[in-house]
Amino acid sequence: MTARIGVVTFPGTLDDRDTQRAVRLAGAEPVSLWHRDKDLQQVDAVVLPGGFSYGDYLRAGAISRFSPVMESVIAGAKDGLPVLGICNGFQVLTESHLLPGAMLRNNHLHFICRDQKLRVENAATVWTADYEAGQEISIPLKNIDGRYVADEHTLDELEAEGRVVFRYADWNPNGSLRDIAGITNAAGNVVGLMPHPEHAVEPLIGTGRTDGLGFFTSILRKLVNT
Amino acid sequence: MARVVVDVMLKSEILDPQGQAVQRALPRLGFAGIADVRQGKRFELEVEGPVDDAALGRIREMAETFLANTVIEDFTVRVDS
Amino acid sequence: MSERSERTNEHRMTLDTVKHATETPDTEQPWSELGLKQDEYERIRAILDRRPTGAELAMYSVMWSEHCSYKSSKIHLKQFDEKAPQNDAMLVGIGENAGVVDVGQGYAVTFKVESHNHPSYVEPYQGAATGVGGIVRDILAMGARPVAVMDPLRFGAADHPDTKRVLPGVVAGVGGYGNCLGLPNIGGEVVFDSCYQGNPLVNALCVGVMKHEDIHLAKASGPGNKVILYGARTGGDGIGGVSVLASETFSDTGPTKRPAVQVGDPFQEKLLIECTLEIFREDLVAGIQDLGGAGLSCATSELASAGSGGMRVELDTVPLRDATLSPEEILMSESQERMCAIVEPEKVARFLEICEKWDVIATVIGEVTDGERLEIFWHGEQIVDVPPRTVAHEGPVYERPYARPAWQDALQADDANALPRPVGRDELRASVLALVSSPNQASKAWITDQYDRFVQGNTVLAQPEDSGVVRIDPDTNLGVAVATDGNGRYAKLDPYTGAQLALAEAYRNVATTGAKPLAVSDCLNFGSPEDPAAMWQFAEACRGLADGCLVLGTPVTGGNVSLYNQTGDIAIHPTPVVAVLGVIDDVTRRTPMAFADEGHLLYLLGDTKVELGGSAWSQVAHGHLGGLPPAVDLEREKLLAEILISASRDGMVDAAHDLSDGGLIQAVTESCLRGGLGARLVVPEELDPFVFLFSESAGRAVVAVPRSEELRFTDMCGARGLPATRIGVVDGDSIEVQGQFTLPLAELREAHEGTIPALLA
Repeated sequence: MTARIGVVTFPGTLDDRDTQRAVRLAGAEPVSLWHRDKDLQQVDAVVLPGGFSYGDYLRAGAISRFSPVMESVIAGAKDGLPVLGICNGFQVLTESHLLPGAMLRNNHLHFICRDQKLRVENAATVWTADYEAGQEISIPLKNIDGRYVADEHTLDELEAEGRVVFRYADWNPNGSLRDIAGITNAAGNVVGLMPHPEHAVEPLIGTGRTDGLGFFTSILRKLVNT
Repeated sequence: MARVVVDVMLKSEILDPQGQAVQRALPRLGFAGIADVRQGKRFELEVEGPVDDAALGRIREMAETFLANTVIEDFTVRVDS
Repeated sequence: MSERSERTNEHRMTLDTVKHATETPDTEQPWSELGLKQDEYERIRAILDRRPTGAELAMYSVMWSEHCSYKSSKIHLKQFDEKAPQNDAMLVGIGENAGVVDVGQGYAVTFKVESHNHPSYVEPYQGAATGVGGIVRDILAMGARPVAVMDPLRFGAADHPDTKRVLPGVVAGVGGYGNCLGLPNIGGEVVFDSCYQGNPLVNALCVGVMKHEDIHLAKASGPGNKVILYGARTGGDGIGGVSVLASETFSDTGPTKRPAVQVGDPFQEKLLIECTLEIFREDLVAGIQDLGGAGLSCATSELASAGSGGMRVELDTVPLRDATLSPEEILMSESQERMCAIVEPEKVARFLEICEKWDVIATVIGEVTDGERLEIFWHGEQIVDVPPRTVAHEGPVYERPYARPAWQDALQADDANALPRPVGRDELRASVLALVSSPNQASKAWITDQYDRFVQGNTVLAQPEDSGVVRIDPDTNLGVAVATDGNGRYAKLDPYTGAQLALAEAYRNVATTGAKPLAVSDCLNFGSPEDPAAMWQFAEACRGLADGCLVLGTPVTGGNVSLYNQTGDIAIHPTPVVAVLGVIDDVTRRTPMAFADEGHLLYLLGDTKVELGGSAWSQVAHGHLGGLPPAVDLEREKLLAEILISASRDGMVDAAHDLSDGGLIQAVTESCLRGGLGARLVVPEELDPFVFLFSESAGRAVVAVPRSEELRFTDMCGARGLPATRIGVVDGDSIEVQGQFTLPLAELREAHEGTIPALLA
């Protein structure tokens, strides 16, 4: 058997087809989910892909967070449904309060697109099990609102509980506090990060590296084995 | 220290995609009866020294040349009391 | 909505209907304020056999403007058709929104480059953003999914204060709009020259892909079919001069201020793209047109004209953002993110349903009729009754006088080959550093890193590679390559040759990455057509480009002309920007530019002559522009391209980079920095070291050949008669020109990559 992984399309989502391709390349079955549908079609996991949902107007992720599909995703996540938020998806997760903190404009105020080196800090989540703690991977980063912020107490708590999943290695591209690139919730089923693993799944395409495929093989292995 | 507030808004005839997106989201969230939304920027300036006509003049000049893009935006300057 | 109805009553009271126009033949009309000439106004009266209504006058004036009618350029542009090479790949030729090229496996590709120069000077962010939006809708209207964009940009001197205003805004606008649409930005150019001060060139290109059967054309046929306007509401954007009419109509209250700047909404455009593609998938349209310049006037008259001719539009049904707009203004509005579709009645419901799904406003505003007139009504009263062809296609054609300027001889006699050259090793080394760190030759990563090049997951190569390459079929690895080039300095020295050099470079760039060049799109940026010198430059460039395309077998499929790029008497350099599209059957065979393997042998392909006219060196070292540009040999370009494509297909080269501005040392520096490896170079015996490093002879490329392939590669070049000179090897962490100087990569990198951030960040 294989796993069915839902990929949500909001109006303005950009990387939904790319994410579906990454899911397929990992061997799972992508299921397209529409923002207006509450029905998650009994998928085993959900990815909120990157883009500019609702144009990022008001605040990135602020309008999408109230879409019907998010009601089900939020409820599911609280019951343990694995959820991965990439870039704009991460912003939706923080606006939904499934993950703590918020995303602000990059400290240099520009959109930045680059091949970004990350250190995997937590290889125990359902989305990172195929990596090793301390491993360095390179995947594309592309955003303008990527500066992760939270209050000191929250940051200390995240660190203490091992919930910082990725840190920017060798250069912090946006001023994120404590070099944080990705975090997880306390239960470990919800992960959000700014860089784009779905753009590093095929040799020759994009950066030419496949460092991002592990996200999708991790969740597949987890789902198939349980 | 006195505070001067500069509000910068897109000119009324200029399309405001952000305001439109917010306005269209409101009914879905159960907030009815809002006919239009326009989004702007607010600058709060802490002024050293007296806020006299000269100071306000300088702030207006600052708003006109820097805080607002007068090709597409209008601004207002007021003393916050 | 009491305000709306009051306004409506006002409109009715002062409405200039067809009936009213017939009854009041002697009413004075502001044709001159609208930019029409006396004879043009007389022609409109002759066509209609009465005076035009205000709405008709507005339509004719905008459709007969230079921007829409190409009245000054038309007689020169027709060469692109007359001299077009036979090319079976052309599915749709010049004249539609964009040309369409067959790339095999049932796929067709459409691409076009367009200008948005003046708006980008007035409001850099929105000007550049709406430039991207416009070209993307052009491509979408052909039935294609847009798959990539690129932006050839030209600004004033890099250190001029106004460049600091214009450039960051333009770059943020290109990125802000394009990134939000999910289109990878895979190439383009950034050029600085004081001639573009006050007249920056903001050109935008889009590539789209479709299956052959999905090609859609802009025509309205089938009486009874509905005309649907969908997308953004109509506001007073870009109506400029037409407000003259409105103010005449509303002497009492007057319309509100009309925005001089159009604001783009990329989110709306993204919805429009997805919505339109879904509509195409269900085969719901009989014809489609995007709304760009001249808005509804252009869309309705062109659709009707290209179809059976008859169309009836109820203008008061158009959804408005500003309820005070007059009918004339609605017709002229250039509000962004709108499309117009012709839909069979039984498909209308499904069409509207898909629009609703994507939150896109869609309104039936009229229908195709079996007559031959375009008829427009405002609350039941007729305000337009015209033969659409006379509006859309039968505008005036000018034969502007043109003459080779008196200063051309002196300019060409001011020989760059006679300029003082660096003396000794230290000066040569310093010249290299000065070249690679000059704003035009420096790395543009600070700019292009503000564009998303990864989205859609098909980007094989992106800037700074020779051409942008995207995969279009993940199963077969079929891909397309696009490059844009233009060199205003060359074109100033000789516009005929300059246009051919731009063509040759773009063609070469496509072949360098391993793709076969197929077709051309051009954006012709020039000064005022009323100046015989600028008109001569334009005529020469068109002739050069048409002749060049004939030799290379790559037809011009479409493009755009931008005139009046001048301030007072000072025109920009004539700047034909040429885009070449190529196909690559297997993107895994693409050739990148990076020297990434130690020991690979470097070969220089082509002949190096003493050619420094218009060169980057002459600009950097002497601030000089004079002499003749490099000579063009298009047969040689074809041969070079064949060799590069064969070498890519058969795995004989691992890297390749074209030689153009800056010459060999610029190319080697870029390839070394990209791969992170150095090179040892040997100056060929017959060449002076300076000429070897800095000459800009055309028809050349440098390639990295694995030792195992050397014999096979040189045999191929020998057999086909292409000069191939071994000039060195990939090695170490510096560039060493033997017997001359050594430059560590770290020093080169700092020089090459530091300039633009220092100027702009």
